[in-house]
Amino acid sequence: MTTILARFQLDYGDFALDVDLKLPGTGITVLFGHSGSGKTTLLRCIAGLQRAPQGFLEINGNTWQDSERDLFLPTYKRPLGYVFQEANLFPHLTVQDNLHYGLKRIKQNSGTVKLEHAVELLGIGHLMERMPERLSGGERQRVAIARALALNPEILLMDEPLASLDFKRKQEILPFLSRLHQQLDIPVLYVTHSQQEVAQLADTLVILEDGRALASGPLSETQSRLDVPLAQEREAATVWQATIAEHEAEYHLTRVTFTGGSLSLPAVDAEIGTALRVQIYARDVSIAVEAPTATSILNVLPATITGIADSRDGQSVIRLQVGNQALLAHITRKSALMLDLQIGMAVYVQIKGISTLTHQ
Amino acid sequence: MLTSADLGALLLTFKVASIATLVMLLFGTPLAWWLARTRSSWKGIINAVVALPLVLPPTVLGFYLLVLMGPTGAIGKFTAWLGLGTLPFTFPGLVVASVLYSLPFVVQPLHASFAAIGEQPLEAAATLRSGPLDTFFSVVVPLAKPGFLTASILGFAHTVGEFGVVLMVGGNIPDKTRVVSVQIYNHVEALEYTEAHWLSGWLLLFSFSVLLVLYTVLKTHPVAHPLK
Repeated sequence: MTTILARFQLDYGDFALDVDLKLPGTGITVLFGHSGSGKTTLLRCIAGLQRAPQGFLEINGNTWQDSERDLFLPTYKRPLGYVFQEANLFPHLTVQDNLHYGLKRIKQNSGTVKLEHAVELLGIGHLMERMPERLSGGERQRVAIARALALNPEILLMDEPLASLDFKRKQEILPFLSRLHQQLDIPVLYVTHSQQEVAQLADTLVILEDGRALASGPLSETQSRLDVPLAQEREAATVWQATIAEHEAEYHLTRVTFTGGSLSLPAVDAEIGTALRVQIYARDVSIAVEAPTATSILNVLPATITGIADSRDGQSVIRLQVGNQALLAHITRKSALMLDLQIGMAVYVQIKGISTLTHQ
Repeated sequence: MLTSADLGALLLTFKVASIATLVMLLFGTPLAWWLARTRSSWKGIINAVVALPLVLPPTVLGFYLLVLMGPTGAIGKFTAWLGLGTLPFTFPGLVVASVLYSLPFVVQPLHASFAAIGEQPLEAAATLRSGPLDTFFSVVVPLAKPGFLTASILGFAHTVGEFGVVLMVGGNIPDKTRVVSVQIYNHVEALEYTEAHWLSGWLLLFSFSVLLVLYTVLKTHPVAHPLK
């Protein structure tokens, strides 16, 4: 398996970046943070669009930057694809020529991703003759993604590709990104400040703040880290990967399995065996010390407490392990004290609501 | 009507202006690109030097060039050493003087249109495997086309309209350095007002047409020309 090693230090006076990351070479890694957290700067350093004075970057075993050896591969020599926040198509070229611009400049497209594949994946075949100014924002962004993919890059870098689009356009593109994820074997680094995009796309999550990486790791594990502000937020949630196991048509329910258990969801219109993501908000999870015998809540699972932290306004954040998955629960501090919750305790979690994210 | 001397002057003017415009594009393009991209502290000085002819009386520029290119001047000694003789009162001298005099009219529109392109298309090109030179010709030049058009028209027209520098550096030698503006001056000096009218009329028509093209055909790209 390929890995990405990225170490950068730069200091602009009012902003400094200092990260040392080891990221998996597969799936979508989301660089998450608020504006000014350094996520875009980090991505630009990886692309070589910005040069960190102190930096080391290795992708696929190839070194792209090593300041110790004074090595810095200019952007145009890096086998990457880059999608900008604004699509950044060449205004003087048609969609077709935009798509071919990079393609003409690589020696041989030896990989699996061909232009036609990218065009089909993003549904832009009918736009070929248009000039960029005659495209909608969503179409433009899809062309930009296809243009980057057509190069069959070793890594795809995406800088808030949906941020400049309205809700409707976002919904138009997100399925394409999910398909991308499912069909292509290219590692993606995806910058965003949207928790929704994190939940829908991330396999690996890196949380950045003030130019530093607060946490980095598999999605639900990182989402549920108590030392990261994300777990304390009102919207705190964990996302699990699951597979559809059974439809209970008479109850309008679907049962899905995950490593270590199963859940009932409101009916999902997809075949058995389909992989999907479910999102569980911390506020929808309650804890019982003994197995609840009579409860209206369907999803009751055995769990182990792995962390407890105080939160704002008399709240406690409890981190739990359910099978292989990490889970967050927001409960009142009073409940936590009355139940005498301790790390290592075996408890039961009751999950009141689960939302289904993209089918994959 | 135009005399054969007038036609000679027109032809010469056209030759000087064409060659000078080509030379200005050749040197002005990299200079304007540098000015648009650099963060060097030299930028201000170079900008000021390039813009000098805009405010300097042409006679001052012509005088300095005459001295520099003359037998005792630095440039004159150099050209003599090369076996080229000295430049004043020759056609090449006239071209050199024209280039220096009209350069801001080429550099400034190019500079403005390069700056207007911004960083984004260049970065996009870099992520699509295009090296700097490749990007310049495949992205910058097409996007700066209105700038190049404006620069060529203004550079050419301004060279046609020069007088003071030409008189100082070129003198008044028929078919060698006697351009239209000097020819008109000659007519007036000789009280040949009819001839002066004809030639002046042609020049007026030419200048007006050029500006009309600039302001109508190119009005969709207002950023590219400096006259606004």
